Amino acid sequence: MSAAAPTIARGAGRRHRPRWYADPGRLGLLALLVSAALCFLLPLYVMGLTSLKSMEEIRQGALLSLPAQPTLAAWRAAWSGACTGVACEGVSAGFWNSVLIVVPSTLIAIALGALNGYVLACWRARGAQLLFALLMVGAFLPLQVMIYPLVRLLAPLHLVGTLPGIVLVHVIFSMPIMTLLFRNYYMALPRELFLAARLDGAGFARIFLQLMLPMSLPMLAVAAIMQATGVWNDYLLGLVFAGREHLPMTVQLNNLVNTTTGTRLYNIDMAATILTALVPLGIYVLSGRWFVRGIAAGALKG
Amino acid sequence: MTALCVEHLCVRLGGRAVIDDLSLEVDAGEFLVLLGPSGCGKSTLLHTVAGLQESAAGRILIDGVDRTWSDPKDRNIGMVFQSYALYPTMTVEGNMSFGLRARGLASAAVRERVRRVAELLQLGSLLRRRPAQLSGGQRQRVAIGRALVRDAGLFLLDEPLSNLDAGLRATLRRELKLLHQRLGATMVHVTHDQVEALTLATRLAVMHGGRIQQLGPPAEVYARPANRYVAGFVGSPGMNFLDGTFATRGGTPQFRSAGLVLDLGAYRYCGPPPQEGESIVLGVRPEQLRQGGAPDGAPLAQGTVALVEPLGGHEVVWFDCAGVTLAAVSREARGFRSGDTAHFHVDPATVSLFSPGSGERR
Amino acid sequence: MKSYLSRAHLALLPMAFTALLCYLGATLWSIRISLSSSRTFPVHDFVGLAQYRRLFANERWLHSLANLGIYGALFVLACLLLGFVLAVLIEREVRAAGALRVVFLYPYAMSFIATGLAWQWLLNPQFGIQEAVRRWGFPHFQFDWLVDQDRALYTIVIATVWQAAGLVMAILLAGLRGIDPDIWSAARLEGVPAWRLYMSVIVPMLAAPFATAALLLLTAVAKLYDAVVAMTQGGPGTASEVPAKFIMDHLFGRANIALASAGATVLVLTALAVLAPLFYARARAARLRA
Repeated sequence: MSAAAPTIARGAGRRHRPRWYADPGRLGLLALLVSAALCFLLPLYVMGLTSLKSMEEIRQGALLSLPAQPTLAAWRAAWSGACTGVACEGVSAGFWNSVLIVVPSTLIAIALGALNGYVLACWRARGAQLLFALLMVGAFLPLQVMIYPLVRLLAPLHLVGTLPGIVLVHVIFSMPIMTLLFRNYYMALPRELFLAARLDGAGFARIFLQLMLPMSLPMLAVAAIMQATGVWNDYLLGLVFAGREHLPMTVQLNNLVNTTTGTRLYNIDMAATILTALVPLGIYVLSGRWFVRGIAAGALKG
Repeated sequence: MTALCVEHLCVRLGGRAVIDDLSLEVDAGEFLVLLGPSGCGKSTLLHTVAGLQESAAGRILIDGVDRTWSDPKDRNIGMVFQSYALYPTMTVEGNMSFGLRARGLASAAVRERVRRVAELLQLGSLLRRRPAQLSGGQRQRVAIGRALVRDAGLFLLDEPLSNLDAGLRATLRRELKLLHQRLGATMVHVTHDQVEALTLATRLAVMHGGRIQQLGPPAEVYARPANRYVAGFVGSPGMNFLDGTFATRGGTPQFRSAGLVLDLGAYRYCGPPPQEGESIVLGVRPEQLRQGGAPDGAPLAQGTVALVEPLGGHEVVWFDCAGVTLAAVSREARGFRSGDTAHFHVDPATVSLFSPGSGERR
Repeated sequence: MKSYLSRAHLALLPMAFTALLCYLGATLWSIRISLSSSRTFPVHDFVGLAQYRRLFANERWLHSLANLGIYGALFVLACLLLGFVLAVLIEREVRAAGALRVVFLYPYAMSFIATGLAWQWLLNPQFGIQEAVRRWGFPHFQFDWLVDQDRALYTIVIATVWQAAGLVMAILLAGLRGIDPDIWSAARLEGVPAWRLYMSVIVPMLAAPFATAALLLLTAVAKLYDAVVAMTQGGPGTASEVPAKFIMDHLFGRANIALASAGATVLVLTALAVLAPLFYARARAARLRA
């Protein structure tokens, strides 16, 4: 032990554990975060409030005040009574249309994405890399340059304005990101697994169905989430290819809000907007970290 | 003057006590090595000394000043991290000068310091390169250089050689030792490699379970380990252990076991000698098992050779002695083959005795 | 081995169909149409660059290009800045990171249409924020950008930044988490102030995620259509007209597919010209990091 007592030089060192709340930087940080969070929540909050008010109350113009007599009348009207263009059936028809579009396009898109990723990652097929490069470039091009020719291509096949048609179009335009996700995922798996299966005599289809697919459950989930959200939220493709009987909810929503004649019923508009956003928001909230994983997987490694 | 004084330090991580009532003193100019397996708390101790980790109890005094709650930057220390933590987008020169520039040191002074350290570490030709363009050994030297430019009083090194391959590790180990001899700085070095520890340290602290098991010069830790854990951890191949009894025969204290009987007259005890008939564990280093009989002619251990590992400059002979496998190291090839009978003797002054239960040295 | 490879080639058919026919083929066909005089239906004549001359004499098109330039710059900068600030704040304040992530990222889960409609309501001069603030006691408060010729475009910036900032935040957060924690320790030890560390070390280290984010944002800029349709329909007048909308209107409404295709070609070329250097910057940043 040292002979002399240790000196504590004045001001040379703190003597106590620093208190967390005394740190001004930390407090400022929290304040910034909270105010940012409030700004981000504002639109949702306002939409919700407005949808629960009556039109008279809305006309009084107090945007942020709670409804005096909350009512779900606007919601009922938005779902089944409001006029979207010609029909006055609310957005419910659009809801079921969207479901009918999203489910098959998600299933087919992730299946093809997995297949493409499998071929690209495991099999050195000639021309595959070139096709992939073309696919990725195409992902960054504005759709408008491909829409009209696609319409001309699909029209003689009686696919424009039909359900199979819109599903096909969604599969076509989501192929780049789906392929990218699975290609990166399979490339991150050890190649030895694939080689061992080849050595055991397994063929192309068997390796895919019995080895690769079962190992890609996390990525299948992530891809499904991203695809479902993306397809549900689409507007342009639905507008052009879905046809009047299969208009997705987004198109119907826009028709409802922006093409009404006469007085605008804001509460119904807001209710309809929330209804349309409900499914992807629900997917997002429920999927939590999987959604973010999808972003990271697609964005960072793409 | 103690450069570093740790008093009754306790550190808790995730509810677990990683360091438990640890006290340590490091004198100026020492090269102290903290040796231990993963999870023993050595890195945590280093981070706590640096101020990057909070302690639950205890004090840390650097150069006699209580720095337990000081900011890391006020502690006058330099640190080399295991992953080097070089700033990837800056050149070597940028890496070494960034801290000084950020604290407002005049650019002429900064340049001078960087130049001096670069010369010391032979980094002069690499100053314009980025970390991605450097080899592992070069990066390590830049990391050391970054710590050295601070002109600190105490240097902490967190397993700096672990990420290098074996040959490079040996070279840089020697460079580190030369550096310490040249600078005379106080260094605390953390490692799990006992060869590194033995070669570099002026004093060695073996850690296990958040506590220091033994603290002392490497020679002493090697020759007279404080407990069975230290004895087994330091040295390769590890110390041989034999279970037996302490008994007196004809007035001479003896270690008696099935395969080996040893006179303990020349043994230096730590405390009171064991009781008559007490169970005791004998520890013998492989190089202390000499071939042939003792100077007085009588062989003390004999066994059947199981395996011979030739290592070029020396060989390890594994032999079975009454059910216990022992290792013996010798300089010359003895020509043993599997199944041969071998005789060995051992100098009682070089052995260690341990209690079977606690593992403490007797 | 040979048969397996041919099965692999077979499996490439969907990709080939999509990439060669739907992407490449369609694009080439569009370019071909832009060199013709097609109006409602394709006509197989050849008029050289006449459509392009008409395009760049068109007030609405020029205005839409200018708008896109202004919008693009504001949108990308605002998203990168806001996303970065949010990512840094969340990374330092780990406690409520999960909940905060949900708050900042949920707008990204909403469609452009929903976003546009929500903000159209919020920015409604009669019943939205302007009216609300006036009722709080600021009777002369003005926030009627939505119907203001000069400011309508900025409303779209606000709405889409609200939607996309979370995405940038998520990307940068992932990048931040990939940074060696010892770098923070080393900087703390050296006494480098936090802001200096961010500026000189962290932001350069995030060059790859920044480039990725910028890439995704710029892609969205070129494709900007839904939000404009929902919020302002390009108005008032052509104040918030954008090329994608110009193209769509001329393809289907005004039945001038050649002009529309010319516009689309110009848009594609601009997109490629802007994106290519970003791709290069990203690749270079990734190599530096290794």
